[in-house]
Amino acid sequence: MNVINAMPAASQGREAWATLLGLAACEVFERMLGSHLVPAQESFAPEEDDVTSMVGLAGQICGVMTVRCPTKAALLMASKMLGVDAAQAGPEMWDAVGEVCNMIAGNFKNKIAGMGDGCMLSVPTVITGADYSLRALVDSDKTEVHLVFEGLPLVVALEVHS
Amino acid sequence: MNNVRVLIVDDSSVMRKIVERSLRQAGIGIAQVSEAANGVEALAVLNQGKVDLILCDINMPVMDGLEFVKQLSGVENGKGVPVVMLTTEGSEGHVVQALSAGARGYIRKPFTPDQVKEHILPAVAGNL
Repeated sequence: MNVINAMPAASQGREAWATLLGLAACEVFERMLGSHLVPAQESFAPEEDDVTSMVGLAGQICGVMTVRCPTKAALLMASKMLGVDAAQAGPEMWDAVGEVCNMIAGNFKNKIAGMGDGCMLSVPTVITGADYSLRALVDSDKTEVHLVFEGLPLVVALEVHS
Repeated sequence: MNNVRVLIVDDSSVMRKIVERSLRQAGIGIAQVSEAANGVEALAVLNQGKVDLILCDINMPVMDGLEFVKQLSGVENGKGVPVVMLTTEGSEGHVVQALSAGARGYIRKPFTPDQVKEHILPAVAGNL
């Protein structure tokens, strides 16, 4: 059960969402990868070899959850999830990063009371590179959490239509 | 619990492998593992042979997990087979929907091997 930190959605401001986003990510990495995420001391700018996974949210929250990290981190995720060497995990890298984003999105919404039933998730999409921009069709607000995964950058973001 | 024939249904191949590993880490003796990426593939697997336990995601393309569970009783090899849902959709409403459709248990992702064991043992009680 992941409802220990559940709070009414209406009472939560941007700061609470950032905390819950970080908590949701930490739980996924601890339970599924056996890794402990730590908060980053700096912000990570997009790099050319970045892998970005996206999951759409629709309902009480409408927007996009993204998980961005270098290819090396994505390979390490797949390696840890599968229990194989990073060299063997290559073909599964996309699937692994997509599933991590999916679990973080699900875990996050389950921490907000009433959001579980009121918000649907899309299947994940994964892209590479830094030369892209996400353009919401209406005004949006972004919550971003910068973390460190085994010494490598990991950025979890939630962009919601305001 | 030994010689269990398991069907794992999830559109993520990585997740299917994690589920299999979690079952082994939980001490469940697996004799055979079948995999399917959606409900339609899972029904096709069941038309080929019997299984003792099904672990199934909810959000999948082609046919989702809830529809698969509803159709399970219409397949000879699916009748009476315990199904445990394994999904990120962890709300109370989804749990009720899954159990109403015929699932015996419900595990939220992310999960630990201990949580897998904790939810599967009561779900398969009397079947294995």
